[in-house]
Amino acid sequence: MYCLGIESTADDFGVGISTFEGDILANSSNSYMPATGGIHPREAARHHAEVAAQVLSKAFSESGLKPRDLSIVAFSQGPGLGPCLRTGATIARAMASFLTIPLVGINHSIAHIEIGKLKTQARDPVTLYVSGGNTMVTAYEAGRYRVFGETLDIALGNCLDVFAREIGLNPKPGLPLGAAVEQLATKGKELINLPYTVKGMDFSLSGLLTAATTAFKKGTFKLEDVCYSLQEHAFSMVAEVAERAIAHTGKKEVLLTGGVAANNRLQSMLRLIAQDHDAEFSVVPRQFATDNGAMVAWTGVLSYTHGVSTPIDESFVKLKWRVEKVDIPWIT
Amino acid sequence: MDNMNSPKELLRKGAEASLYTTTWQNRRVILKNRLPKAYRHEKLDKQIRYYRTIHEAQLIHEAKKAGVPTPKIYEVDIASSSIIMEYIEGQQVKALLSSISKTERERICQKIGVLIGKLHKVGIIHGDLTTSNMILESTGRIVLVDFGLGEKSEEIEAKGVDLHLMKRALQSTHYQNAEDCFAKVITGYSKILGAEDTKDILDKINEVEKRGRYVAERKQK
Repeated sequence: MYCLGIESTADDFGVGISTFEGDILANSSNSYMPATGGIHPREAARHHAEVAAQVLSKAFSESGLKPRDLSIVAFSQGPGLGPCLRTGATIARAMASFLTIPLVGINHSIAHIEIGKLKTQARDPVTLYVSGGNTMVTAYEAGRYRVFGETLDIALGNCLDVFAREIGLNPKPGLPLGAAVEQLATKGKELINLPYTVKGMDFSLSGLLTAATTAFKKGTFKLEDVCYSLQEHAFSMVAEVAERAIAHTGKKEVLLTGGVAANNRLQSMLRLIAQDHDAEFSVVPRQFATDNGAMVAWTGVLSYTHGVSTPIDESFVKLKWRVEKVDIPWIT
Repeated sequence: MDNMNSPKELLRKGAEASLYTTTWQNRRVILKNRLPKAYRHEKLDKQIRYYRTIHEAQLIHEAKKAGVPTPKIYEVDIASSSIIMEYIEGQQVKALLSSISKTERERICQKIGVLIGKLHKVGIIHGDLTTSNMILESTGRIVLVDFGLGEKSEEIEAKGVDLHLMKRALQSTHYQNAEDCFAKVITGYSKILGAEDTKDILDKINEVEKRGRYVAERKQK
């Protein structure tokens, strides 16, 4: 029994194939790279439509499977950018109809949590999910993943990306903007005063972004120091909120997932916090950290084997689908 | 601090500070100590701890003047970022809210709303309105604690975010009755601030929620 998962919430178009036991047989993707600026939703969607066939066939050849071998098709139904989501959803619907197999719509954020759990063997963690579009601290409680804290405005990855573009960095294949900022930050030494905004369990990053950009443009600080200070402030905020959730829930596992999970400084902060609370720290492997099809395929398996499927006429995309709106029948 | 030699017992290790019970001038007191965080840069860590220690003591004092029960402050020590304050005998609202009768729950929530209203009326933003920071005494009095993330602000934005956090805390901890509880909080709140100001702040809460990354759109089911 195999599930194919399609991921297309933002700039990545990904296809993954998972067995019902959680073996990932394929995980291929192709990313939209704007020449300048951020993700243009329509351009990204056009990119996805163009590369879809190639990414799909790569996944089939990686896995050695044929379309007829599939038992279900899963897709990221939200949250994300409308045109991108619709492209993935259209392909998923077409495949499910053509192959006459069930379709399963997946919440993208939950897929990030579940692939993290699958790959690290975490069972009941407090999860810090940090990416370009999402920044939240969640933990399972009574049937759903509850959000204990989140950004009040922009996502952590977004904050780093926009800053990187503001200082004139460009993304290169294999070196996302966030990683470029991290490289510079490792050379920084001087901590510059920037806003630190934690409000209860939530935090705000937009003021920090503006202040860091202004600090750089003033020209009185070294770029490395600004990158370093931006990271220190931003990561301390999310780490503090994660720590509060750990203290509040008393859970003994901490999972870091999402694209920004690859950052070494953020990892080291959370590792220290976990130690302090006698909790086990784990971080999702890099190839499953960014948006990917495998996480969708695996979450599709979990959903379908617990009675969840999505009839075609209910498969409209949900741009702002919150994590705590989704029932999680596979955790008991 | 002259109590440093008194035996202290760890009451609660929070994320932000450790709470100890100890004695001070023959009183049973709480020692709240903001310990350095190894994960933070030393300079940032000190800034955060000093700032929060000073502000917490100030705000606790000001809240009292506004008629909101808070612990008495006995001593503040910046260098060790610790505060010695009154020990409040009672039960955390968090621990009891889901297990009491509907009437009792609604009464407590309304009372909480009144207290938040009193704070906001004088421009005190608590900054961390969760039911773990509210203690119900046997007399029925509710005492607000932990002003460590508080600030002074007259802005609707700040008040809206403050109440939004209360709502979020109810949703994550008391999800069975969150809506009902929050509605009662607002009932109490509007008794102090009046219907007009309360409406402005509720509109602001709505706006704050829409600003959040993924909030279901109005028309979606």
